[in-house]
Amino acid sequence: MNGMHDMGGMHGFGPVVREDNEPVFHHEWEGRVFAMQRVTPVPIPGGSRNNIEHMDPVAYLTTSYYEKWLHARIKGLIDAGALTAEELEARVAFYRDHPEAPVPRREDPARRQRMQERLRRVVESPRLDLQIQPRFRPGAAVRARNLHPAGHTRLPRYVRGKPGVVARFYGIYAFQDAMPPGTEAPPQPLYAVRFDGRELWGGSAEANSVVYLDMWESYLEPA
Amino acid sequence: MSGNHHDSDHPGPESSAALRTKALEALLVEKGLISTDVIDTVVRAYEQDIGPLNGARVVARAWVDAAYKQRLLADGTAAVAELGFGAPQDAEIVVLENTPTVHNVVVCTLCSCYPWAVLGLPPSWYKSYAYRSRVVREPRTVLREFGLELPDTVEIRVWDSNSDVRYMVLPERPAGTESMSEAELVALVTRDAMIGVTQVQVPATVVGS
Repeated sequence: MNGMHDMGGMHGFGPVVREDNEPVFHHEWEGRVFAMQRVTPVPIPGGSRNNIEHMDPVAYLTTSYYEKWLHARIKGLIDAGALTAEELEARVAFYRDHPEAPVPRREDPARRQRMQERLRRVVESPRLDLQIQPRFRPGAAVRARNLHPAGHTRLPRYVRGKPGVVARFYGIYAFQDAMPPGTEAPPQPLYAVRFDGRELWGGSAEANSVVYLDMWESYLEPA
Repeated sequence: MSGNHHDSDHPGPESSAALRTKALEALLVEKGLISTDVIDTVVRAYEQDIGPLNGARVVARAWVDAAYKQRLLADGTAAVAELGFGAPQDAEIVVLENTPTVHNVVVCTLCSCYPWAVLGLPPSWYKSYAYRSRVVREPRTVLREFGLELPDTVEIRVWDSNSDVRYMVLPERPAGTESMSEAELVALVTRDAMIGVTQVQVPATVVGS
């Protein structure tokens, strides 16, 4: 979707502000949100990023990073029927009135053991072992299609309609764009495509600069 | 610390976000969907174990072992797994080599994609609206803000991580480090150099010795 999150190339956000010796989580609640998002066994209908991208644009800009994750997780649980807005608001009101009340604890040594094993696992590639013939070869001149899907997409606005050159073919990967309900997106060839800064930004491009984007095949047409 | 932009703010323990998090955790525990010890384990792992030291070990190994470097550039995922690094996030790790004529820098303009297995969770600036919006359009200006001035003869390649590929930069090994051990090299490699916003520097004490 053409949402507030699609920020590549925008003006107006000021300098990049850095923090020395930044902690991983600034407050305990951020870590709890991160971990709950990772381990709650209820898939978010439409996906977490879809929920974040569909936030009101003003809310998107004025909430912090982990507040967005919290919003996506809560909406996902409500949409999945695992939680109601009413029970959440009631519990929020309870803790507002009783700030000293503890969060109930539950231990599950078997699950903790499985999580510790997962955390020790080495990284694995999500590449799919499928025989699909890629349409483009490295060196091919291509153009990013001028698509404007209303749902989640990985094709940023700033590259749509722009010409580029296929730099690498990565293999076959699951397609990540939102699909109409009831349909499944077939996996596709994935490429890295090189775009000259001047094609993207015209005369304001900085010297000798290029941008590489990952492109599923359906994002591309021959140039 | 946070400038004027809300995206880099971190609401504190009295905030509405903190309150909602507490209420959510209580409900998920009561429903049997999560357990406290699993949440604690995940938080601790990302605070203590899964961080840029992993990436620094990958870089230092590539600097001292040419065959490893070749494997790393050909198949980053397998070469990172070879050193035992992971995290419960599957990803295609692609390593980009900086040279005297090519400088790579990584961003995720749409969100916050980042190679957790080698760098841990990203710093706030990497997720900031300013970095996400600007580095694709004016990479030289952004790098200058990080103190990195590169001549126009160096090609700047910005990699926008918009798929399941996670990019890490293999910085150039600085001159003057020829006699350093792999462990000493690990200590030189910074997170920012592996994102590509800085280069690896040699401490003045080493240069002088």
